[in-house]
Amino acid sequence: MALIDTISPLLTTGWSKGDAGWSLKDYEARGGYAQLKRILSSKMTQDELIAEVKKSSLRGRGGAGFPTGLKWSFMPKAAPEKYVVCNTDEGEPGTFKDRDLLRYDPHSTIEGMIIAGYAVGAKRGYNYIHGEIFDIYQRFEEALDQARAAGYLGERILGSDFSFDLFAHHGWGAYICGEETGLLESIEGKKGQPRYKPPFPANFGLYGKPTTINNTETFAAIPFILGMGGEAYLNLGKPNNGGTKLFSVSGHVNRPGNYEVPMGTPFAKLLEMAGGMRGGRKLKAVIPGGSSAPVLPADVMMECTMDYDSIAKAGSMLGSGAVIVMDETVCMVKALERLSYFYFEESCGQCTPCREGSGWLYRVVHRIEHGQGRPEDLDLLNRVTDNMMGKTICALADAAAFPVRSFIKHFKSEFEYHIEHKKCLVDPEVQRAGSGFFRASSVARVA
Amino acid sequence: MNKQNDMLSPELSPEALRKIDREVAKYPADQKQSAVMAALVIAQDEKGWLSKETIAAVASYLGMPPIAAYEVATFYNMYDLQPVGKYKLTVCTNLPCALSGGVHAADYVKEKLGIDFNETTPDGKFTLKEGECMGACGDAPVMLVNNKRMCSFMLPEAIDKLLAECN
Repeated sequence: MALIDTISPLLTTGWSKGDAGWSLKDYEARGGYAQLKRILSSKMTQDELIAEVKKSSLRGRGGAGFPTGLKWSFMPKAAPEKYVVCNTDEGEPGTFKDRDLLRYDPHSTIEGMIIAGYAVGAKRGYNYIHGEIFDIYQRFEEALDQARAAGYLGERILGSDFSFDLFAHHGWGAYICGEETGLLESIEGKKGQPRYKPPFPANFGLYGKPTTINNTETFAAIPFILGMGGEAYLNLGKPNNGGTKLFSVSGHVNRPGNYEVPMGTPFAKLLEMAGGMRGGRKLKAVIPGGSSAPVLPADVMMECTMDYDSIAKAGSMLGSGAVIVMDETVCMVKALERLSYFYFEESCGQCTPCREGSGWLYRVVHRIEHGQGRPEDLDLLNRVTDNMMGKTICALADAAAFPVRSFIKHFKSEFEYHIEHKKCLVDPEVQRAGSGFFRASSVARVA
Repeated sequence: MNKQNDMLSPELSPEALRKIDREVAKYPADQKQSAVMAALVIAQDEKGWLSKETIAAVASYLGMPPIAAYEVATFYNMYDLQPVGKYKLTVCTNLPCALSGGVHAADYVKEKLGIDFNETTPDGKFTLKEGECMGACGDAPVMLVNNKRMCSFMLPEAIDKLLAECN
């Protein structure tokens, strides 16, 4: 398992026993389902519940950072059929927090979803789980069975008038399904191609019915917020950036893993928790919010605190909280080439600017990396991104463009060196050593 | 019918159909198509890969047009539309994994098996695929075995061990 550490454990409270602490009885022993019981027994109103979530300043943990309470309040009251959907299609490169949330504490997400169902008046929910983590999907199904058997799911929950049931749906390898309307299409048994918005899911969601869709970590935070009160939760972080957040730290650190820290924690502190730089090498760059977020050079990143506003001010996005750390052994052209290939591969093909533009970006970065770059290529790349950003149905085109623009902006001399000298500034053997992958010089064939 | 014929026939076994029924039950009665992703996985597990006939059989069972199921099977990366080896190994080479040796891990597997991405060993045992982010970057390098088993920290020794276990 990945290592974990925390400053103020909330979401990770239940993680200390590893794979031995996920079941219903463990969750109940930690105070689990107490908030659901309190809401039902006190007959808390939907408005009171949403007001409490608004007070917490909880913002969507999937990447967009939209205020959760506000999103819930968009749901039409009168509609007879409504849905709650959880987005665990965690495919943003660098992000692996929701996998651990469902692995070590699936019931906090389940309780959060039931409470959301109560708040928005939905009777049914789905959790869409990334296809590559099938064992986590199976565990979640087991947790659902436990919750159903204990009366937390189903008809007239705990003897109240409230009925809600919840099911797991798995993906099968498509990054685009992390986009909320692509995800809804996918649950409907179709290609995961995003829909035009508006209408937004709150009006036209799953099966065309009003739907609230939130990230796993967002739902998981709900029971804790109600337990401590919205204001106390807000105060854990900083204004407009309430609570704690899970950060998935990957790349060139000594201890990659998930770290839960209060919003506003200095990046330097997070880096220290992750064991510092691998081999004591020098920090070169950080992608602070998953591969779609603009890269930041080391000196800018070291001045940031980990919250939506600070990272935005520095010119990037907190996104999903995936912190990709790169040291001086990284070739920025090669790094960008791999990311550009990803967006090219994962574009759903629906919108021409994205389908064609992502291919252009990959092919041009690829030729620079392989010594065939032309002096005009950097301008060409920027022009292609101009023709992609904001011109498509969903944000994948923007996600493909941000890395290209930011890598060129901050590391232009490295791209120019590649074009001029037809090779990398960083020696390939240094790059290999940086990755930490060592092997015997002769390889025995097995097949 | 022997096992060989079972694999060739597009018909699904009663056991597979029972599993598909469990998936169908998760959705509103008029939304059986929602179960198509899971049903195709169940079919792929049973047949080893998805032929057009198998996809059509799944579509027919769910009461949807064959083309609609085929669209799904061709859209999502982990459906195998061609036969694959007994062990399909998918190595993530995306940036976070690459920073911790994902590309070198893939090169190492290629060299050990003597095949490139999208190839199968002559004995039909291994197929190698390049994967996109599996959402386990903290455990890099990561590999998937037959879509469902995630293997973490795949440095040379771990790769040697995994390949030795695959019989």
